[in-house]
Amino acid sequence: MKNLSVEELELKAIEIRKDIIRMLERAGSGHSAGPLGLADIFTALYFDILKHDPNKPDWDQRDILLLSNGHCVPVRYATMAHAGYFDKKELMTLRQFGSRLQGHPERTKLPGMENTSGPLGCGLSQACGMTLAMRMNKDHHRWVYVVMGDGEQDEGNVWEAAMLASKYRLNNIIAITDRNNIQIDGPTETVMPLEDLKDKWEAFGWHVIEIDGNNMEAIIDACAMGRAIVEKPVMILAHTIPGKGVDFMEYDFHWHGMGQLPDAEVARKALHELRTLQGKIRSEHE
Amino acid sequence: MSDLRLVDIKKDMENEATRKGFGRGLKSAGELNENVVAACADLTESTSMNLFRDAFPDRFVEIGVAEQNLVTVGSGLAAMGKIPFVSSYAAFSPGRNWEQIRTTICLNDQPVKIVGSHAGVSVGPDGATHQMLEDIALMRVLPNMVVVVPGDSLEAEKATLALAEDKRPGYLRLAREASPIITTEQTPFEIGKAYVYSHGMDVTIISTGTMTYQAVLAAEMLFKDGIDAEVVHVPTIKPLDAVTILQSVHKTKAVITVEEAQINGGLGGAVAELLGEEFPVKMKRLGMRDRFGESGKPDELLEHFGLTAKHIALAAHHILA
Repeated sequence: MKNLSVEELELKAIEIRKDIIRMLERAGSGHSAGPLGLADIFTALYFDILKHDPNKPDWDQRDILLLSNGHCVPVRYATMAHAGYFDKKELMTLRQFGSRLQGHPERTKLPGMENTSGPLGCGLSQACGMTLAMRMNKDHHRWVYVVMGDGEQDEGNVWEAAMLASKYRLNNIIAITDRNNIQIDGPTETVMPLEDLKDKWEAFGWHVIEIDGNNMEAIIDACAMGRAIVEKPVMILAHTIPGKGVDFMEYDFHWHGMGQLPDAEVARKALHELRTLQGKIRSEHE
Repeated sequence: MSDLRLVDIKKDMENEATRKGFGRGLKSAGELNENVVAACADLTESTSMNLFRDAFPDRFVEIGVAEQNLVTVGSGLAAMGKIPFVSSYAAFSPGRNWEQIRTTICLNDQPVKIVGSHAGVSVGPDGATHQMLEDIALMRVLPNMVVVVPGDSLEAEKATLALAEDKRPGYLRLAREASPIITTEQTPFEIGKAYVYSHGMDVTIISTGTMTYQAVLAAEMLFKDGIDAEVVHVPTIKPLDAVTILQSVHKTKAVITVEEAQINGGLGGAVAELLGEEFPVKMKRLGMRDRFGESGKPDELLEHFGLTAKHIALAAHHILA
């Protein structure tokens, strides 16, 4: 899937953001800021970085993508649909009774979904188990990518996994922290300070790369660099803007949680911001 | 009794802890299937995982004192086709990591086998913190989870091999203390099956784990008193063998349950739920009744908490009076 230019990937990310907004409006609930902030990372993963085949979701040589902060799953659903895992129409069933697109992701419901998550702090441990199994199988050419939130790093389980990955030098793990500085109760540094986060991960024995997580080239380069690190697991601290692409959502933690979901007027305005690239282009429907 | 090839139940028998049988079973499972792997949270010898570790060092993961990580790493191993056995003391796993088990193993449907050793008050002098009593209730309530409590070390060995073949998540509850070996190599074991170890007409004693030895002793005591007790050994608490239990209870119309665990949500809870819906009869549940254990010698604790043959026999007299 490596046939899109950086510009094309950026345009793809805009399309994915539009679908995220549409899905959430239809669903009537769900997280908006995190998924929008992660759209560039997921676009880069599914359309450039991952070795995968949407027609064979259980291909035994695929790279694995774990979503540890399951509440951001709308971005994964939207990106999977764009990548061809299922029809985009199904995105509109998000959070509805009988849908494969559960409010938080369930592995057993949707082919291509690698883990069930929502309760925080588990993805990295699962990545440890997966890469340990790959090592036992002498399978050294696959990577496990883990997208994690920053708020979820309040969980002790994360640091248990951090120690284990370092102990066993699980270099086939590339973790990506969505460093958007918000969690439900407010800014991360107010709720429970994480800084100096780079120092913490380095102290735990990880190779840390810091990037602008809304810069497509930076995301792709960091993952390439991460795959070249053979002695340590890799943590990419990706600084993202929550609500990226929607002017009035960026940086406002109120958009993180449930209950602040766009009503029709707000959603229309959000979509308009995206469709017009904040007034830079004409929307197809206007 | 003879059809199940049990040994003659005496006061003085060959003893071995169920955790030892697990250790042998895990090594055998590893020899039979290269996908069987193991992980432990800093209690490798205590949980008898050292036999497996020494035989298959490349298939063993030392997690350190981190039980949340233990089971979640297990979920990842299973996702790649492994059959992971993850062990610690039951107080810590599944005591500390229940939500990880719920989400990443049960809801995620990964066949991780959680091995909780040192369950029950018979842990002894370590005291209440280490005497896990709530594990059966915690694991039984989870959809997809199989719960097995072997009655002796031989059955623990067979249960381990059976769990390695089973495609579901599983919990294996083990004891620290040596207990009488009451079965033989030929005694059958199948996940989901209860076994009538002693036939009778007057009262059904339903027991799990090492309490079955006490139940059989109690049946012999009751026989001398003219009471004909049936002993149903229930090594699989979930899925519960409703057919075998109901067959016995239809006949006797009186039930005693015995377990070294909280009766709330434990075997007593499970049987009460079944009989409450299907066939309500007089019932007495023996076990821990909404309280913690304490330090002491294993035997004196079992006596103190009413988990010996004498107390089971008394309960039978009481319920039939």
